[in-house]
Amino acid sequence: MSALLDIRNLSVALKGGPRLLRSVSLAVAAGEVRGLVGESGAGKSMIGKALLGILPRSVEVVDGQILLDGDDLLRLPPAERRRRIGQRAALIPQDPLTALNPAHRVGPQITDRLVDILRWPRARAEARALDLLAEVHIPDPGRVMKSYPHELSGGMRQRVLIASAFAAEPALIVADEPTTALDVTVQKQILRLIAEMQARHHTALLFVTHDLGVVSKVCQNLSVLYAGKVVEDTTVRDFFRAPGHPYSAALLAATPKYTDPDGSLTPVPEAVIAAVRAEVEAAETEWQHGRR
Amino acid sequence: MDDARPLIEVENLRLSLPDLAGKPLIGPAPKLEILKGLSFAIPRGAVLGIVGGSGSGKSTLGRALIRLLEPSGGAIRFDGQDITHLPEADLRPLRRRMQMIFQDPLSSLNPRRRVGGIIAGPLRLHGFDAIDRRVDAALDHVGLPRSFRGRYPHELSGGQRQRVGIARAIALRPDFILADEIVSGLDVSSQAQVLNLLEGLVADLGLTLAFISHDLSVIRRLCRNVLVLHRGEIAEHAPTAQVFAAPRAAYTRELLDAIPLPDPDQPWA
Repeated sequence: MSALLDIRNLSVALKGGPRLLRSVSLAVAAGEVRGLVGESGAGKSMIGKALLGILPRSVEVVDGQILLDGDDLLRLPPAERRRRIGQRAALIPQDPLTALNPAHRVGPQITDRLVDILRWPRARAEARALDLLAEVHIPDPGRVMKSYPHELSGGMRQRVLIASAFAAEPALIVADEPTTALDVTVQKQILRLIAEMQARHHTALLFVTHDLGVVSKVCQNLSVLYAGKVVEDTTVRDFFRAPGHPYSAALLAATPKYTDPDGSLTPVPEAVIAAVRAEVEAAETEWQHGRR
Repeated sequence: MDDARPLIEVENLRLSLPDLAGKPLIGPAPKLEILKGLSFAIPRGAVLGIVGGSGSGKSTLGRALIRLLEPSGGAIRFDGQDITHLPEADLRPLRRRMQMIFQDPLSSLNPRRRVGGIIAGPLRLHGFDAIDRRVDAALDHVGLPRSFRGRYPHELSGGQRQRVGIARAIALRPDFILADEIVSGLDVSSQAQVLNLLEGLVADLGLTLAFISHDLSVIRRLCRNVLVLHRGEIAEHAPTAQVFAAPRAAYTRELLDAIPLPDPDQPWA
C-alpha cells in the first residue's frame, strides 16, 4: 500500500546555515495516527510546517521529497501546491488564542477558507461549519459562529479549531501540540474529541507532541526525533514495551509517572545525549561530504 | 525561634481581586473572590505540593503566602508573625526569608544582565557582604559551572536558566521558597534534573517549600503533603501517598484520571 504522506530524506536548513532537519524520512498511511515526539528544538514542528508549506522565511528546504498522494509537493508549481495542501491537509495549532483572529467572529474564520480556496458557495460553507461545530460538541453552534474568540474558553476555542481543521474533509491533519496550553482535565476531553473525529472521518493524523503520555493514548505509531534526525520509527506498543534506541529509552525513563510508588525520575544520562549527538554529527558529516 | 511551630500558618484565608472582564465602563470593577476561606499550615522543612486546574487559585494562594498580594480576610503567620496586612516597609526585612522561583525563567531573568549580576542583585539589595563568594556558592549548589557568571540568559538552555532562577533564590539563604510551576515549561529530561536538584537542596539547606503545579505526577517524589485546590477551596489536604493511593475528593480522582500515563495499556475512559 502506498502511503498517503511519504517524506523522503527531507532536509531543511536556515538559509545559508546549518540543517534543522537532517534527512528525515517518515510515512503516514491513510487513516493512520502517527506521533512525532522529541524535546524542544528537535524539529518536530518543523516537519509539519514544511509539509504544510508554512516554513518561516528564514528557513528553506534543501533536499528531499514530500510526497502527498504520490506527488512531490516540492516540485509542484506554487499555486497548484497550495491548492493541493488546502484540499488534502489541515492544521490543528497549539495555541487556540493566537490561532484565531481576535478581531473577527468565529464563523467566517471557519468558512472563509472553504469559500476562498475551495470555491464553495458561502451558504454551503456555513451549513458545513454549523454541522461541524455540533459534531465537536459545541452546545449552541449558531451563537458560537457569531462570537468573538475572547468570548470562548480555551477548551471551546480548541474545539472551534478542530472543527475548522476537519471542515474540508482533509485526508491528513497535522496536530501541533494541540493540548499543551490546556489543563489536564480539558486536555483529556480534547484528546478524546480528536480521536473520535479522526475515527469517524478516517483522517490520518500527524500528532506532534513532547508528551509520551499523550502519545500512548492517541497514536498507533511514532517517530522519535533528536536534533532534527529520526532516531526511532516504531509502533506505540513496541516503543513502550521495549524502546529500540537508547535515547528513546532514556526519554521514557525521564517521563514522570504518578503511579510509581517513589515517583523517581531519571534525567536523560549525559552519556546517552553524547552518543545520540555523535550519531547525528556523523550523519551530518557524511551528508556534507556527499554534497561536495 | 520555636521549632515546633509551623513556619507558615494560614487561617480562613480569603482573597478577592477586581474582575476586570466584568468592569462597567464607568465605576469600579466588581470583586471576584479567588480564595474562599483556606486553612492549613506548612511545617518547617516540609515540602507542600499545591495542585489544581487552571483558575483554581493556586498561583493566587502562592502570591498571598509571600505577600505579593494582600488577603482580604483571614490571617497568614510567617514564623509566628502576623503578616496578613503588614505594610511594605515592615515586610522588607522578611523578604529575604521568603523567595520565589518563577515559571518562565526566560521572562523572569533580565536579558541584559549576566548570570553573575542576576544572582548578585538581590544579595546587594539585602546588604550581604562577600557577594562574589556567595554567587559562586549558589552556582555550585545548583550544579552550574562558575564560568556561567559571564553568560547571558539567552545563551543558556531552559533547564540551565531555571537553575539560575533557583540559584538567585537560595543565595539569600531564605527559610521559605515558593516554586510556581517551575518545571512545566521544561522538557522531560531537564524536568527530571531540576526536580532532583530541588529535592537535594531542600534536604541540604533545610528549606521549607511550597511547590505549585498543575501536574500531579511531578509532585509525587518531591512533596510530603499535597493540597488540592478546586475553585478557591481546599478539595483535599493529605499526605502525598494517601492522595495517590486513595484520594478522598472526587475532584482529586478526576485530576488523577485525566493524566495520560506513558503506558498504552492504561485504561483511559
